[in-house]
Amino acid sequence: MKELSLHILDITQNSIRAGASLVKVIVDENVHKNKLMIQIEDDGCGICKEKLSDITNPFVTSRTTRKVGLGLSLFKAAAEQSGGHFSINSEINVGTKVEATFVYDHIDRAPLGNMAETIVTMILSFNDANLIYQHRYNDKVFIFSTLEIKEILGDTPGILKEPEILIWIKKTVTEELKDLREE
Amino acid sequence: MKKKSLDELHAIRKNKKSEIDLRTGKKGYRVVVGMATCGIAAGARPVMQTLIEEIEANHLTDVTLAQTGCIGVCRLEPLVEVYDPEGKKVTYVHMNPEKAKKLVKEHLMGNKVVAEYTMEIIDGKVIDPVIK
Repeated sequence: MKELSLHILDITQNSIRAGASLVKVIVDENVHKNKLMIQIEDDGCGICKEKLSDITNPFVTSRTTRKVGLGLSLFKAAAEQSGGHFSINSEINVGTKVEATFVYDHIDRAPLGNMAETIVTMILSFNDANLIYQHRYNDKVFIFSTLEIKEILGDTPGILKEPEILIWIKKTVTEELKDLREE
Repeated sequence: MKKKSLDELHAIRKNKKSEIDLRTGKKGYRVVVGMATCGIAAGARPVMQTLIEEIEANHLTDVTLAQTGCIGVCRLEPLVEVYDPEGKKVTYVHMNPEKAKKLVKEHLMGNKVVAEYTMEIIDGKVIDPVIK
């Protein structure tokens, strides 16, 4: 994948398939410590211990349309090739947490890329699940929550999938991230 | 989120109600983008963005957008499926934002399938658009 934001989108698709009702995405860019951390946590059905030990093997997948599952393997490789670490923890009926760290200025670290597009695409795939996205840049933080949006728009099913709302979300996330990086 | 952004959201909400009823009415096309690892790596996300923007810009209030996992023909990703109101499906392959724009204009607005981007299945075998 060309961007880390594409990995984030990909991993959250696993959460949705696991029946999650809440997905938390944390991106922590700490330029001073030369570290980038990405965490995706869900309250989905979880992964059993036997499977978890082998989950980043590309030939392990729960799907039936094909025999390979590359999402987690690729994300792990992206972290490790840039001097970082990858971990996954899961508990049946509780949820799954995936965390990857990266050396910020490592030459092989893929750019974070377009987080706004990733958030919008995620929301479109989420059905009734909620998303909390927290993005930290050094000391500043931006929190985006579909719960907050639903408070304003009401809880009509599918309301977040309206193109007009999705375009507003893209614009808002783009602007807030730009502000975060300024100064 | 900032107050300015939330104010905009309040404003959108005011004008919104009737349109949502329309879109859930299932009268129009349903457009589905493949969004598994294969689709994402091949460029499904920008295709999805283009579809959102074009559907909004052209006020296609009866078109619904959705996404799906791996369909099984990863080599032809990004894939876009268009279902008509009767449930008949057309599958577009190797999509990109430019092709997506044409799909919106000709298929969703003009009711004409863009045959050059589609995939066909003959005797259980997928026929690539390049061979066609």
